[in-house]
Amino acid sequence: MREGAPDPGLYDYHPYNARPKITWPGGKSVAVWVAPNLEYYEIDPPAHPKRKPWARPHPDVVGYGHRDHSNRLSHWRMADVMTRHGFPGSVSLSVALCQHHPEVVADADARGWEFFSHGIYNTRYAYEMSEAQERAIIEDSIRTVREATGQTIRGWLAPALTHTPRTLDLIAEYGLDYTCDLYHDDQVQEVKMATKEGGGRLASIPYSLEVNDHYGFFVYNMSGREYAETLIRQFERLAAEGERSGTVMCIPLHAYLIGQAHRIGPFEEALRHIAADGRAWIATAGEIVDAWREQVG
Amino acid sequence: MSVLPDSYTQYSKRREGYDHDLYAWSNMHARPSITWPEGSVAVWLCVSLEWFPITPGGPFTAPGHMVTPYPDYRHYTARDYGNRVGAWRFLDAFEKAGVKASFAANAAIAERYPELVAAVSAGGHEIIAHSTDMNGTIDSTLDPAAERALIAEAMERIERASGVRPTGWLSIARQQSFATLDILKEQGLTYCCDWVNDELPYRFTNGLVNLPLNHELSDRQIITVQQKSADSWAQSMRDAFDWLAREAKESGGGRMLPIHLTPYIMGLPYRIGALECLLADLAGREEAWFARGDRIVAVWEAQT
Repeated sequence: MREGAPDPGLYDYHPYNARPKITWPGGKSVAVWVAPNLEYYEIDPPAHPKRKPWARPHPDVVGYGHRDHSNRLSHWRMADVMTRHGFPGSVSLSVALCQHHPEVVADADARGWEFFSHGIYNTRYAYEMSEAQERAIIEDSIRTVREATGQTIRGWLAPALTHTPRTLDLIAEYGLDYTCDLYHDDQVQEVKMATKEGGGRLASIPYSLEVNDHYGFFVYNMSGREYAETLIRQFERLAAEGERSGTVMCIPLHAYLIGQAHRIGPFEEALRHIAADGRAWIATAGEIVDAWREQVG
Repeated sequence: MSVLPDSYTQYSKRREGYDHDLYAWSNMHARPSITWPEGSVAVWLCVSLEWFPITPGGPFTAPGHMVTPYPDYRHYTARDYGNRVGAWRFLDAFEKAGVKASFAANAAIAERYPELVAAVSAGGHEIIAHSTDMNGTIDSTLDPAAERALIAEAMERIERASGVRPTGWLSIARQQSFATLDILKEQGLTYCCDWVNDELPYRFTNGLVNLPLNHELSDRQIITVQQKSADSWAQSMRDAFDWLAREAKESGGGRMLPIHLTPYIMGLPYRIGALECLLADLAGREEAWFARGDRIVAVWEAQT
C-alpha cells in the first residue's frame, strides 16, 4: 500500500456491471466457502499501546471462557454440521493453537480442511510491529502450520484484523497468494503490490464482516434463526448475480458463537439450503483463488 | 525502530495445554458419558436475586447497576421490582410446572427480604451464594485479602440470614480474579458457576467443580443486551433444547441446558407468559430432567 496517502492504493476501481465473466467449475454461479476461525486467546497477554486485549482485568473470565468453548466442545459440533452437508473449512488459524490444542488442529486436518494464518494468537496485534517482528510472525506461521499439518499456507487474515502498511507486500513476498482482509467486493480481485524484485501477486478473496457470525450475533444482535435467514438471503442474491460473472460468498465462523446449542440447528438448515440449491460451488479459499487466477491470468 | 518490545513476539506460555493451570483441557465430546437420573437433558433454572445499592461501588460496576446521576430512583426501583414482584411470579411458575431451581442470592437479599428466601427454601429450591450485594464485584484489581474477606462475609451473612450455607457460588458478572477459585475452595464451596467454556460440569485443578451457566442463554444477554422479545428468547431455548436432546440421543451422553433468569427482566407481566409456556413445554418432554445445580453436580460427581 501507499503508506500515508489518503488512498492506500490497494486496488483499481472496476464497476460491478462491467466485469469479465468468471465461471466456476461445473457452471456454478457462486463459490461458497466456509471460514471457521480456530483461535487461541491468551488469558494474560502482554499490553499493546493501540489495543486492549480484554474488556476486564485479566482474567476476563467470560471473555476467555467463551472463546475456550470452541476448543473444548463447539469446534466439533460446528465441524460435524459442516461435514454432514459437504462444506470443507478454510481455517483462519491462530497458529499457536497447534501447540496448545493440537487435537483441534488435527481434527480440522483430518477433515481435509485448508489452513491459512490468523497470526500467532488473537491477542497479539500487528500494529506497531517492526519489519523484523512482522517477518517473524509470517515465518512462524508458515513453519508452524507446515510442521503440524504438512500444508503450506497460502492465505492471511491478520491477527484480530490488525495490520501494518507492509503486511500485504510481505505476505506476498513469502509466497502467500490470498488475503482475507479487504472487504471491497463480492468477487475475487487483484491486490496492487509494491513493484519490487521478488514480490508476488496477491488475490483478495471476499471474506465477510457483514455475514460473519460475530457481526450477526454481537453487532446486529440477531437470533440464531435470523442469522440463518441472513445467510440464505445473502446466498440467493449472490447466486442470482453470479450468472453474469461468478460471485463469492464466505461464511466466516467462530465455533463459540455458531456452535452454541441455540444457534447450530438453524445454521444447519442454512447449510442444507445452500447445498441443495444447485448453484453453489462449495470450495476452499485456495480452490476459489486458483479457479479465478486461471481465468484472469 | 519499533515501539513494541522484542518480548511482544515471544511466547513463554506457548505449550501443550492452556496458558494457565486453573484447569486441564478436555474435549467434551470425547469424555465418558454422563447419565442423568431421568431424561437426557438436565435443565438447570438459575435465578439471580440481586440488590443494587443506590450508591454504586466495587471494583467494577455490575451489569444492571445505576445509570443516572444520584439519586437514580429509576434503576434502583426497577431492579428492586424483581425482588418484590418478579421473583414471586417465578416461584409460582416453577410450582405450576413442578420444577426445582437454583436461586443465586446476594447476602443482602437474604437479610432484607427474608420472606422471599424462606419461600425459595420452602419450595425445595437451592440457594447459591451470589456475593454480598451488587457492589460486591470481584476482579484482579481487588487485593486478595480484601477478596478473601468479601467472599467470607458473603458466605457468613447468607448462612446467618437464611439458615443455609450454600455449596455453590456465582460471581457478579461471572468475573473472578486469579485468586478466586482457591478462595472459594477455602470457604468449603463445592462448585462455582462462572466459567462458560463448557456445557457439562468439570473440575478445576484445585478440586472445585465448575457448573457452567451459559451467559449467551441468559435473559440478560438475549433480552436486555441483544434486545430480543421474550418469544424470541423462548424460541432460542427451544432450539437449544432440541439440539441438545438430539446430541444426547446420538452420542448416548447426557447434556445440560442452563437457563439463567433475572426477576426484573423475565418476571415482568408481559414477559412471564413466555417463560411459563416454555416451562410447560419442556416439563412435558421426556428428555428433560429439571434439577437444581447442586443435584446436577452431585450426580456428575458420583459418575466421575
